[in-house]
Amino acid sequence: MYQPATDTSIFRLPVAVGILAAAIRMATPYLFAAVGEAISQSSGVLNLGVDGVMLLGAFASFYVVLTTGSLWLGVLAAVIVGTLMGLLMSLISVTLKAEQGISGIGLYMFGLGLSSLLFKVMVGTVKTVVGFQPIKIPFLSNIPILGEIFFQHSLPVYVAFLTVPLAWILLDKTTWGLKIKAVGHNPAAADSLGVNVNLVRYISVTIGSIMAALAGASLSLALVNLFQENLTAGMGFIGVALVYFGGWRPVAIMGGALLFSTVNAFQLWMQVLNVKIPSDLAVMLPYVLTIAALALAPKLMRQPIALNKPFERGEH
Amino acid sequence: MNFRGFKIVALALALVATTLSVSAAQAAPLRIAIVMPSSTTDMAFSQSMFSALKAIQKEMGGESAMKIAYSENMYKVPDAAAAIRDYASQGFDIVIAHGSQYGSSVADIAPEFPKTTFAWGTDVNTFGQPNIYAYTAAAEEGGYVNGVIAAKLTKSKVIGVTGPVEIGDAKTYVSGFVKGVASVDPSIRVSKTWTGSFSNVALMAEAAKTHIAAGADVLTGSSQAVVGSIGAAKEKGHVLWFGTQQDEAPIAPELVVASQQYDWVSILKQMIKDRKQGKLGGEKFVLHLSNGGLKIVYNPKFKLPASAKAAGDKAIQGISNGSIKVTP
Repeated sequence: MYQPATDTSIFRLPVAVGILAAAIRMATPYLFAAVGEAISQSSGVLNLGVDGVMLLGAFASFYVVLTTGSLWLGVLAAVIVGTLMGLLMSLISVTLKAEQGISGIGLYMFGLGLSSLLFKVMVGTVKTVVGFQPIKIPFLSNIPILGEIFFQHSLPVYVAFLTVPLAWILLDKTTWGLKIKAVGHNPAAADSLGVNVNLVRYISVTIGSIMAALAGASLSLALVNLFQENLTAGMGFIGVALVYFGGWRPVAIMGGALLFSTVNAFQLWMQVLNVKIPSDLAVMLPYVLTIAALALAPKLMRQPIALNKPFERGEH
Repeated sequence: MNFRGFKIVALALALVATTLSVSAAQAAPLRIAIVMPSSTTDMAFSQSMFSALKAIQKEMGGESAMKIAYSENMYKVPDAAAAIRDYASQGFDIVIAHGSQYGSSVADIAPEFPKTTFAWGTDVNTFGQPNIYAYTAAAEEGGYVNGVIAAKLTKSKVIGVTGPVEIGDAKTYVSGFVKGVASVDPSIRVSKTWTGSFSNVALMAEAAKTHIAAGADVLTGSSQAVVGSIGAAKEKGHVLWFGTQQDEAPIAPELVVASQQYDWVSILKQMIKDRKQGKLGGEKFVLHLSNGGLKIVYNPKFKLPASAKAAGDKAIQGISNGSIKVTP
């Protein structure tokens, strides 16, 4: 199966397959986080606390699996944490109308601090759990090359990609999506048509927060199978950036996530195969290319006009 | 009990408490503060120093004899510098700045507190100050030993190294490891990845998965993020792991072969002893295999073939008696 060590060229089929399979896998937490954030932002609420919610989701699900051994209870724990954090963010930014950027940063620090504290008190040291195992999808996984790239991943990876069409349908094909976007673009108009602006925002923020918690769980239960303080190392913020990158469109967000993770997988392979470039340069690549793509991509933006603006009846 | 009786009891209790605290103050415990870049439970750099302090505290007789204050996750140097200054001004006897990135802060702060002992590492520079100790670990030595054993165990002849940033003891450990492997079989390929971060666990895990996909059956690495690599190796099942800084066997007893462990106890004891005799610094300490500061901890749960263990022991002996020279 493995080619002998003599052939270390990066331009080989097994390497390309390795890069693409890793890219699909690595995109998972970014997809959950960014697609969820896109739903929240479409309703006009910028939630910068994604990374903090991810950390709490990652810890809660990890801890439940560590103590009960049940992956599904772990996922349930993430959903509960995501719901609570979503309601908290909504309370602060929708009901109390606090500055969204600042309260999001507050939420992030709360998540970072609380997850570290709970980890230290309840677990104490790094432990691993048995996470979601790769599932070979019957027939499809046997297709040469494509099977290995697309159809031999663990369940959270498939679900993350499934959220893309689901979010697209929700936002672009349902009345609910219309309401979310109306509330995000012109809450006063939506209000005058009888849409409950605050309720729509509460629900959108909470959906986004649940997906952020699932992003965390996908890390601790599928990609690394453990929890460590600050496990996400800022992934949630990249998730927020991907929302802008994708212009609030789920499919374009997926494109951004895949670009980022493909370049990241590529640079790791370059290092493994000893391609002569400095490692500092290699680790910069995903970020540099993402910024370049952001600057050069045609502007597909559909930024919610009321993003970051609390809704007050009778004010414009 | 009536109110008057209650007051008398309360007064008596307060008196006892005051007497107790006065007598405790008279014993004046040694106060040590430490500032660390990661967490006390990182299974690596910070934990190695924190557990050494805890061990000394236990040996000296607990909190009444020695007090430990710590600031962890101080990855921002200005925050760390503020903490170092804070501890010094609170009158701590020994302030440990546990991170090579804290050097210039210590050099700035130490002259202002001539009665305080400062220690920082990993480095060998005391900045010519009489109250600064520098400490480091000759990580290349254990790296070499791990490399020798790894070379004996690899079947695919491909070994992966997952590093954080190419500096400090991460760099010297890897350099020693590569030399150890080459001393057994120069045809073995050692691939290295650097993630550019000491704390990005997810990227470290992906780096390990990439090594495994490229054929590696033995992995090693440095920093607190390697728990990600170990997790990835565990998931694959047949991949072996060599640790450094801290005994990493508890994370994955079935695949950790051996770990180089930093044992800071002896140098900390030396600093405490020196301080009692009025010496506050001006010296550098280096952990070596020969002075017991570095230890190779074999994982008892891993069935290491006798020939591989013999090769490892021979390397330890050779480095300790100077017949094998490992340059970083």
